[in-house]
Amino acid sequence: MKVIVQEQAFDPYKETSAYEREHVPVGKHGAVVTFVGTMRDFNDGHDVTTMYLEHYPNMTERHIEQVCQEALDKWDVDDALVLHRYGEMTIGDPIVLVAVWSAHRAHAFDACRYIINYLKERAPFWKRESTQAGEQRWVEHNTEDPGVNSQGAKQRSA
Amino acid sequence: MKITVRYFANMRDRMGRAEESVALTDGGVTVEELWAKVSPNAPLPTNVLIAVNMEYTDAAHPLKDGDEVAFFPPVTGG
Repeated sequence: MKVIVQEQAFDPYKETSAYEREHVPVGKHGAVVTFVGTMRDFNDGHDVTTMYLEHYPNMTERHIEQVCQEALDKWDVDDALVLHRYGEMTIGDPIVLVAVWSAHRAHAFDACRYIINYLKERAPFWKRESTQAGEQRWVEHNTEDPGVNSQGAKQRSA
Repeated sequence: MKITVRYFANMRDRMGRAEESVALTDGGVTVEELWAKVSPNAPLPTNVLIAVNMEYTDAAHPLKDGDEVAFFPPVTGG
């Protein structure tokens, strides 16, 4: 398991395959699930141009590691990789990567979802958006993911 | 005893500082009492999160020498 919090931009797909090559034994896992969170150009009805992501150094790593460990204890997971950025970012930039390797897909899906959901709830990061109107605003809460508590697809409110 | 206090995001804006060192004379002081010392004119905002030594806790948490206390708004990472 590895958790990295960094300022530098990253390519989540390259990072996933590089980590797999170096750390995950061949032939043991039958499923890799990845979640990549990227920066939108809209939020809460505002047109967003850039975003600054502040964090609490060391506390972020510690809490992401705790969440990953909980997922490893709960499901049959071979390995997990989490990368999270901080600092200035622009539209389309990957913000977070969660990759989970497991023998079977159900465990990989569940563990990946658990890690991203609890990371969002517990890791001390704060988004400050700059809007097209030239305003800066702290994002006060993460938007509810309409599918987060449901098994069904397409339960979007609007 | 000496406590390091840190503020993040809109709590830093509100306090006008990122960090300070606070000297407290007696032991057994809680986070709430520390807050009253660093912010005598404003009560602790209800939605503020508190961490002591990087673990989440509440305002009743008793402090000891060398603790690092952080006040910050709900987190919005991911």
